Amino acid sequence: MTDAAVDDLPRDVAELIDVPQYEETSEIPVERGYIWTALAAVENGNPIFWDDAVAAELTGGPIAVPTMISAWFRPHWWAPRRTKQRLPLQIHFDLKERFGLPEAIMTENTITWYEPVRVGDLLTTCQRLRSVSGEKTTRLGTGRFWVTDVEYRNQGGELVAVESYTSFGYRRD
Amino acid sequence: MAKLTLDQVHEGQELPSLRYDITTTTVVLGALAARDWRPMHHDYHFAVERQGTKDIFLSTPNQASWFERFVTDWTGPTGRLGRIRFRMRDSVYPGETMVMEGVVRKVEVDDVGCGWAELDITMSQSGRTCTLGYARVALPTEPADNPWARHGDRWRPAPAE
Repeated sequence: MTDAAVDDLPRDVAELIDVPQYEETSEIPVERGYIWTALAAVENGNPIFWDDAVAAELTGGPIAVPTMISAWFRPHWWAPRRTKQRLPLQIHFDLKERFGLPEAIMTENTITWYEPVRVGDLLTTCQRLRSVSGEKTTRLGTGRFWVTDVEYRNQGGELVAVESYTSFGYRRD
Repeated sequence: MAKLTLDQVHEGQELPSLRYDITTTTVVLGALAARDWRPMHHDYHFAVERQGTKDIFLSTPNQASWFERFVTDWTGPTGRLGRIRFRMRDSVYPGETMVMEGVVRKVEVDDVGCGWAELDITMSQSGRTCTLGYARVALPTEPADNPWARHGDRWRPAPAE
């Protein structure tokens, strides 16, 4: 990876750092069918999610798979009366557009879990831009890295998870 | 499924490796299970011609789910993930065997009595280390302990800085 001279971040982008944006309520409640589909996709047989007696003993009832957290945050591909597709992690797409970077890839992900997510929960999220790098060149192309956090809370306002994504938006050289 | 307790874990201990043959179905199923509709996880032509990758590839949340399965296969159901972090250096593609490996980096009991194992974990294909990761998982300190019963101030998933 090569670095161009670190340029100053445009003011309109710098002003968004650490500002809560896109506070949204999930389009789907936490439900078991999707939990089982997610488990099947990686052949995860953890009985907490498959055996109600184990869930009752250990977690006080059925919970969602922790690593599914972002699934509850992603909008439907389509919904009635929606004229424009809603995108997950909208800040990421805003930055692609702002910097004219047509391609992007995730490079790093951190998830920290707090209260378990329970079946029937309806989560709310907000996003925060944490940082944007100067222009860099990698084997994929030239662009910028940025870090975006997503905070997840349940309907009672309890913090359930914080997720951090590092993305590389780029144009192919 | 066994229930691992903290006294059974030591620094340098290797987790049982997990090998899995990744197919196109693995990638697509994993992406859709995460409600990740981005085309690089199901559209070969988009991935190759637009993104410049070799094929479609495992999505970020699906990699997290594979890491969760890998860790909790080892801990059993009383293992409770506190944090996971991973850096994707290369993509995980269909047509190759994925190998997941892990080593215990640290074992500790925190200030509120919760037992933790910190792990270095990797996801590789054909000798390429595609993803390097870290997991912090709570384990019972004795058979009657249950990390899932911890809430509020008694649950500290982030390591002390």
